[in-house]
Amino acid sequence: MFDSSSSIIVGLEVGTSKVCAVVGDLGDAAALKIVGVGQAPSRGVRKGEIIDTELAEEDIRHAIAEAEQMADVEIRNVYLGVTGGHIRGFNNRGVHPIFSADREISEEDVRDVIKNAKTINLPAQNHAIHAIRQHFLVDEQDDIPNPVGMLGTRLEVDVHVVHGSLNRLQNAIRTVKGLQLEVDDIVFNGLASALALLSNEQKEIGSLVVDLGGGTTEYVAYANGIIKHTGVLAIGGDHVSNDLAYGLKTSLRRAEQYKLEHGAALVEDVITGQTISIPNENGFAPKIINLEHLRRIMNLRLEEVFLLIGQDLEQAGALDDLRAGVFLCGGGARTPNIAKLAEQVLQMPASIGKTNSISGLKSALDQPEFATAIGLVKFGSFEHRKRALKASLTENLKATLSQWFRRA
Amino acid sequence: MTTPSPPIPEAAPARKTVPIKVIGVGGAGVAVLGQLLRSGLAGVGFAAINTDAASLAATTAPEKLHLETRLLRGMGSGGDPDRGRTAAQENVPRLKTLCEGMDVIFIIAGLGGGAGTGISPVVARAAKETGALVIAFVMTPFDCEGARRQRLALQGLSELQAAADGLIRLPNQKVFKLIDENTSALETFRLTNEYVAEGVRSFWRLFTCSGLIDIHFEDLCQLLRDRHLENAFAVAEAAGPARSREVVEKLLAHPMLDAGQMLAEADALMISIMGGPDLTMAEVNRVMEQINRQSERAQVLMGAAIDEAFRDRLAVTVVAARKTLPPGEARFAALPGHQVPDQLLHQAVTGQPGSRFSSRPPSFTAGPGDESPAPRRKTARMLQAQLPLESTSKGRFDKSEPNIHKGEDLDLPTYVRRGIPLN
Repeated sequence: MFDSSSSIIVGLEVGTSKVCAVVGDLGDAAALKIVGVGQAPSRGVRKGEIIDTELAEEDIRHAIAEAEQMADVEIRNVYLGVTGGHIRGFNNRGVHPIFSADREISEEDVRDVIKNAKTINLPAQNHAIHAIRQHFLVDEQDDIPNPVGMLGTRLEVDVHVVHGSLNRLQNAIRTVKGLQLEVDDIVFNGLASALALLSNEQKEIGSLVVDLGGGTTEYVAYANGIIKHTGVLAIGGDHVSNDLAYGLKTSLRRAEQYKLEHGAALVEDVITGQTISIPNENGFAPKIINLEHLRRIMNLRLEEVFLLIGQDLEQAGALDDLRAGVFLCGGGARTPNIAKLAEQVLQMPASIGKTNSISGLKSALDQPEFATAIGLVKFGSFEHRKRALKASLTENLKATLSQWFRRA
Repeated sequence: MTTPSPPIPEAAPARKTVPIKVIGVGGAGVAVLGQLLRSGLAGVGFAAINTDAASLAATTAPEKLHLETRLLRGMGSGGDPDRGRTAAQENVPRLKTLCEGMDVIFIIAGLGGGAGTGISPVVARAAKETGALVIAFVMTPFDCEGARRQRLALQGLSELQAAADGLIRLPNQKVFKLIDENTSALETFRLTNEYVAEGVRSFWRLFTCSGLIDIHFEDLCQLLRDRHLENAFAVAEAAGPARSREVVEKLLAHPMLDAGQMLAEADALMISIMGGPDLTMAEVNRVMEQINRQSERAQVLMGAAIDEAFRDRLAVTVVAARKTLPPGEARFAALPGHQVPDQLLHQAVTGQPGSRFSSRPPSFTAGPGDESPAPRRKTARMLQAQLPLESTSKGRFDKSEPNIHKGEDLDLPTYVRRGIPLN
C-alpha cells in the first residue's frame, strides 16, 4: 500500500476555481524538489466542496495527467487538501494519568494523551483531520515541548484540533479514489499553505497566513512556533465576482473579467468619476462601467473578509501575538493593493507570501495560487520521512524475527 | 443594659411610585385614551389634546386641552398637520404645565391626519424640556388610506423620532395579519386601538410593577434615551404546561417583530415577564434563554413581575430597539407607499435557512391573514429595495447552502447588506 521506495510525493488540491496537482521528489539528499505541476479549471466545486462529482473527476484527471507528463512519473498516491465551511479549528486539552510505577513518561503515554485530546469535545458527526500538539503540561508545569523521559503523575497536552463533517470529507476522498488514486492522507488547505510559506522564524515570532481562494478563505495563526488558531470562511473570489455581477448589472462571466482586468482592493481618490468603456463584440454601443463602483464593491467585500477573520482571531485570543504580520496567498492575493487593505483592517504588516526552503520549478513556486498544493507536498514529505523511519524499524524487526524462526 | 439598635429601614413599597402621565393627541390618540380609561391604569394621570372640540367633549379624561386658533374655529385641523402644529406651538406654555412634575410622559397619537401628526412632536419637545422621559406610541395609516396620509405620517414620524426618547409604532397594515378577513372596519379600528393600549400598559408595568426581578427606572431611561430610531414591540401570552416555550414561539412568529427578525437585529431589548404566583424561575430562565439565543448582540433589560390576575398565564412583552441608521437610507423615506425605511434593506436579509440568493417571497411571516383585501402596497415595500437587483443573474450560490453568520447571509453582496448606495 505505502510504497516506501518511491520518493515521489504528490499534493492534490481540488479548489473552487482550479484543480492543481504538484509533484515533488524527495530524492536521496532528502531535500524536497518540485518537479511537476498540473492544473485544470475546476467546474464541479462550490465554496471549496465538490458538488458535481463527474465534472470534478474529469478536472482532476486533467490536472493529474498534466503533472504526470511534466514530472515524467506515474502518480498513484496523493495527499489531498480539504476545505469547506464546515471545517473548524479549536484548542483542546487532553489528560492522561501516568500509571507506570516509576512515573516516567513514555512515548506511548504521549500517544495516548494526544488520542485523548483528539476525541473529546468533538461534535458527533465530525472527524478530526488534524490534532496538532501545541505543548505539554506535566503536573501543571506548562510549556513543555517534549515530556518523554520526565517524571510525573499527570500528563496533559494542548492540541489544536481541526475537524470537519465526516460525510463531506469522505465525499472528497471518494471522488479521488474513484480515479484509482490512493489518498495517503487529508490535509487542511490552510495548514498546507502555512507550511509552504512560513519559515521557522516567522512561526516563532507569530504570523497569520490567509489563503484567498475562489470559494473559500482559510486562515492559520502561528505563535511561538506552534499553531494557535485556524479557520475557514466560505467566502472567496466567487463572492467578489458575484457582488460585481449584481452591482454592475452584468453577467457573471463579464464580472469576472472586469474583476481580473480592472479590479483592486482599495478605492483611491484619483479614480473618482472614472469609467471604463468595454467594447461590445456584437457591434452595439460599448458598455460603460463606473470604475469607482467596481472598486468600492470589491473593497467592501474584501474588507468584510478581513474583518471577519480579525473578529474570529480576536475571539480566540490569537490576535495579539502575530508580530510578523499577515502573509497572503491564493488567487485573491493577486488583487492589487490587497496587502494594503489587509494592513488597514488587521492593523499589522501584510505581504504576499513566498514559498521557502523548496527548490524546483520556479514558475510554480512564485505563484501564490500554488502555495496550498506545494504545502501539501511538503506535508507529504514530513509524513514520508516519519514512515520511512518506522518502516526501517519494522524491517529490522522482521529480519530479526525471521532469523530466529529460521534457526528454530 | 441594651444598646439602642439603629432603626430598621422600612421595606420598599411593592409598587414603585413613578409619576406617569398619558396624553392622547388627536382623534386616534383620544380614542386609545378612552380604552385605557375604561380598563383603568392605576396611579397614572390622563390628558387629552385635540383641535376638534367635539372629540374632547366626548372623552372622560380628567384633563383636556383644546388647541384653538382663529382659523380652526373649533372644528379641527382639517387633516393639515401644519394647522395642528401652529395651534400647538401657540400653546407651548400650557403644554408644559400639563407635563410638569412628571417623570414619564406617554404620548399616544395616530399619524397621517392633522392633529396627531402636527401636535405630537410639539408636545414631545415640551415634555422633554420639563425633564421627563418621553415615549410615543403612534399608529401609521393603512395602505388603503392613500399616499398623502402615508407621506404626512412619515414626516410626523421623523419629527417625533427627533423629539421623543422612545418611539413605538404600530403600522396599522400589520394588523391585517392578526385579523380575519370578515372583521368589520369598526372592529378593526378597535383592535388597532387596543393594541396600542396594550403597549402603553406593558410599558406602564415595566415602570411600576415590581416583583421577582426589578427593572430600575434609571436603566430603562438610559436604554431608551437617544435611541431615536423606532422600536418594535410585541406581546404574547400562553397558558398550560409548555407555556414558556409556546410564548416564545408566538413571539418569534409575531408580525410586529417581523417574525423574529427584529430580535436578531436589535441593539437593546426590554423584556417584561408577567406571571401569576405559580410562575417558576425555571420558566423565566427558559424564556430568557430562547430570546437570548435569537439576539446575541443586544443589551437585554429584563423584568419579571407577579400579579394575582395572571394566575395560570404567562405573558411576555418584548420591546426591541435599534440605533439610528446611516444617513444613506433616509433616501427611501420620502417615497410614497413606503413604510419603515430601515426595514427596506434589512428585508433583503433573512435569517431563515434555505433562503435563495435573490428571489424572495413577498412576505416572511406565515400568518393566517396573508390574503388581505386591501391593495398590497406592502409588497412594494419589500420589493422596492430588491427590484434593481433581481433583474440580474442569480449568481453562483443558488445551489449551495447559505452562509449564515450572525443573522446575515454572507452570500449576499456586502455593499447591499451595509446599505452603501452606489449613485
